[in-house]
Amino acid sequence: MIPQDRFVIVAEVPKDRVGPLRALLATITLPGHPGAADPMNALLPFGAFDTIHFGRFVVLEDNTLGDRAVYPQLPKDEPTYLCFMVDCDGDATALLSRMARECKGLRQIFAFCADYDASADFEDWLKKRRVKPAASYVNWAGRSVLQAREEAQLRELLRDALPKVSSSAPQQMLAELRAAVWERVKLTPIPPTPSDWRLRNLAHFVLPIVVAAVCLIFFPLVTIPLLVIALIAVAIELRRRELSDAIVANGYDPEWVAKLRLGEDHDVTNQYTAMGSIKPGKFRLGLELVILAVIDWAARHVLTRGGLGRIGTIHFAHWTLIDEGRRAFFCSNYDGFHEAYMDDFINKAAFGLNLSFSSAIAYPQTDWLIKKGAWREMDFKRFQRRHQIPTDVWYKAYPGLTAHDLARNLRIRNGFEKAAMDDDEIRRWIAEI
Amino acid sequence: MRLDVEAADIQALARTAFGTLKGATYLMFRVENPEAARRWLAALKPTSVADISSTGVMEATQVAITAAGLKALGVERVAIDRFSPEFVEGMTGSANRSLRLGDVGSNSPQCWEWGAGEREPHVLLMLFAAPERVPALEAETRAAAERSGLEAVATLGTNDMGGVEPFGFVDGVSQPAFDWDRARTPGTKADRSYTNLIALGEILLGYYNEYGFPADSPTVAGHARNAYLLPPARGQPDTRDLGRNGSYLVFRQLAQDVRGFWRWTHDEAARTGTDLRSLAETMVGRRMDGGPLVDLQTGLAIPGVDPSDRDVNGFLFDADPNGLSCPLGAHIRRANPRTADAPAGEDGPIDHLLVMLGLTTRRLRNPTSSTLPWEKNTTVWPYLRHEDDAVASSRFHRILRRGREYGERIDVSEALDPARPDPKAGLHFLCLNANIGRQFEFVQGAWIASAKFAGLTGEQDPLIGNRQPFPIPPISRTPQRTDGFTRPGAEPQRRRSAGVPQFVTVKGGAYFFMPGLRALKWIASV
Repeated sequence: MIPQDRFVIVAEVPKDRVGPLRALLATITLPGHPGAADPMNALLPFGAFDTIHFGRFVVLEDNTLGDRAVYPQLPKDEPTYLCFMVDCDGDATALLSRMARECKGLRQIFAFCADYDASADFEDWLKKRRVKPAASYVNWAGRSVLQAREEAQLRELLRDALPKVSSSAPQQMLAELRAAVWERVKLTPIPPTPSDWRLRNLAHFVLPIVVAAVCLIFFPLVTIPLLVIALIAVAIELRRRELSDAIVANGYDPEWVAKLRLGEDHDVTNQYTAMGSIKPGKFRLGLELVILAVIDWAARHVLTRGGLGRIGTIHFAHWTLIDEGRRAFFCSNYDGFHEAYMDDFINKAAFGLNLSFSSAIAYPQTDWLIKKGAWREMDFKRFQRRHQIPTDVWYKAYPGLTAHDLARNLRIRNGFEKAAMDDDEIRRWIAEI
Repeated sequence: MRLDVEAADIQALARTAFGTLKGATYLMFRVENPEAARRWLAALKPTSVADISSTGVMEATQVAITAAGLKALGVERVAIDRFSPEFVEGMTGSANRSLRLGDVGSNSPQCWEWGAGEREPHVLLMLFAAPERVPALEAETRAAAERSGLEAVATLGTNDMGGVEPFGFVDGVSQPAFDWDRARTPGTKADRSYTNLIALGEILLGYYNEYGFPADSPTVAGHARNAYLLPPARGQPDTRDLGRNGSYLVFRQLAQDVRGFWRWTHDEAARTGTDLRSLAETMVGRRMDGGPLVDLQTGLAIPGVDPSDRDVNGFLFDADPNGLSCPLGAHIRRANPRTADAPAGEDGPIDHLLVMLGLTTRRLRNPTSSTLPWEKNTTVWPYLRHEDDAVASSRFHRILRRGREYGERIDVSEALDPARPDPKAGLHFLCLNANIGRQFEFVQGAWIASAKFAGLTGEQDPLIGNRQPFPIPPISRTPQRTDGFTRPGAEPQRRRSAGVPQFVTVKGGAYFFMPGLRALKWIASV
């Protein structure tokens, strides 16, 4: 398989240049479809790179800094940034270098940034502004763009061929279907997983387990009491804060939501970017970092086959901290309408929302970290819309395909390439076409 | 916490469809003279829930108002803005909403007979009476309104088809039951199984909803003019509750192409070697007489399903995960997928935890086999996959339907007769809900109109889909079709239909608020 990787560049933009930058970014979107990237635009032709799943430019302009009024220890103002984010197959660093060299338009875009230096080495400049998301989620580890496209084509061909099948006997039907599309379908063999990546991934997987095991087996008398004390202390401190944290009202601004909606529903998949401030102090930041580390580990090693918990509609998602942990932004690519996405999240994974976002100022009050919070439906819906910002440019490599489509197409491919199937397997396989 | 039901303040439509009053008509007005219109409104006597529980009624009037109507009547902007955003924007308020609701192509608001622009209604009067009484009642009411500074934009008559909708199917078989006694606590372990008993706060503002919170309700300041008419807002000092005992009423006029539906079904049945009737029934998901399709195990005890109703409504789709009995994309499966909070029903705490974390593809509880034409009974997927958990839990997305049919009723053979003129029939779809976005718009957008419902692709609701391709160039290289329909089963090469035409066209629609009687008094007094 080809592992997925990402890069996130965050560079400051002087506030007076935000307008002209947005105007430039708007030129690389499709007319009549605000925010939808023209795949072959002159500045950064995402579509010319056949390893890019999703890409986006978003000006991280925070509308909610006013909420910090309840925490005078936080700075009143923060910089505005331009974020450039790409999810790709293979090594993201190599892709970034290639883009820096080949896409002159990228310089034109970043020239709006505060400390852009035309004489400096651009690749180097970009890499210095690269940040690592605290947690990343990939819907299906190892499925490449090429694979997604080829499998979609396979399904289309099989679907067209199916009505012409004359036999009703499963083995005959399979043979007819294979014969009908064999000549026309191209399925690039899935390359072997790079061995260095495999090794690093294994180490990442076992390290926390080994550390935990060593502590528990060799120093149980130290580890267990320490753990218990730490848990109790965290629980008490958390509860104290939950009951006393300032409740900041989340108003609903219809004009803002109308603006966000302009960038939605051009495709079956939508973009989402939201940002906000984390409650001050080491406790909240520490808790947030631990939670995101756990999510990141689980997403990388456990939740790799089509679902973030019960949510099966997210393609890629990233949680990124900025400004020394004073703020964070969240980006995702999800299937369906915004309202349906939020309802899905609240009903199937409210605990997950609470875990990963409850350290944000103005988040609806939680009970013991996982209860209530997002379950306060309307408070949560207003909160997330208020923190959402428009994604200026958004690219998706396979329009019209949902995560469920991609998973089904892969099953169809697996059946197609399987040497032999019994009758029942064939029936199930045909039912998927 | 229980809140007493204020029966005398709630319009009766929340509790009854006035089924014994076989005649009904819907009058829509625009306010020309606010002062006279308010006097007229104040004089209306809408039937309340208390009225129907004491004695039967011979005639009933119910009132609902759009956001534009509140404005025209003189309610100030700040009060209107506290209503739900969907209501304030209106059904035709944005291109994005129209797209999500499927109101594009021939369904788009600019083609509507009423509902958009100058034809957007302000006030809706629903009159219920014996059919022979309706014409006179309608004329009197309309004349009185027109004398009071209101202009009629639409007068929509109905026709009692005896419980059958224009295509010929028994309609309104399944409805959610609302928890008027507040006997159920939502969100407990019991909700890991499907419930048809729904919290009152899902249709009435001011009561606890399925999340255990009161539905959002608009308020006015305690010092506002005549605010004393309104009940105090709970938990908000010096504020009055304008929404309590009210409900959002969604109205859509759906024209049904009865001849088109049966002609296409006739031709498609011939092409695929199916029986005409059974093809139509698989599209609907019920038999024409209202019974469930063969093979769905019925008779289950489901909360909120009357024991006498178990043979037609005591079933779940859990036992039919592949849609062999009732196709995944069938109309009734989309309109109410009968899903629960947990995809695999009730199970032990460890299983539940694993399912919630998405860590397991556990065995389905009762994957009953199907006797449909597959040769062996092993065609049911034995494991739960993410695709099988693609549909949201039903209890958050229920609506109370209150619609009535209109036009001429013709049967299947008449519909197939080429000489027969179009009966101009359809459904005045009305439903009540407390959260338009999460209830009506979700059901319509994510379940009915979506071509990706339940992990399917390329097919919308076989009855009411608009068949508009999505996405289209330049977003996708080619337009992605949405006009398919699949009936899983044996001989799959003959069980997929492509190019299903549009059978239902939206002719008008609006979001109304059906206020409590005190709120109506207040609106009439601003």
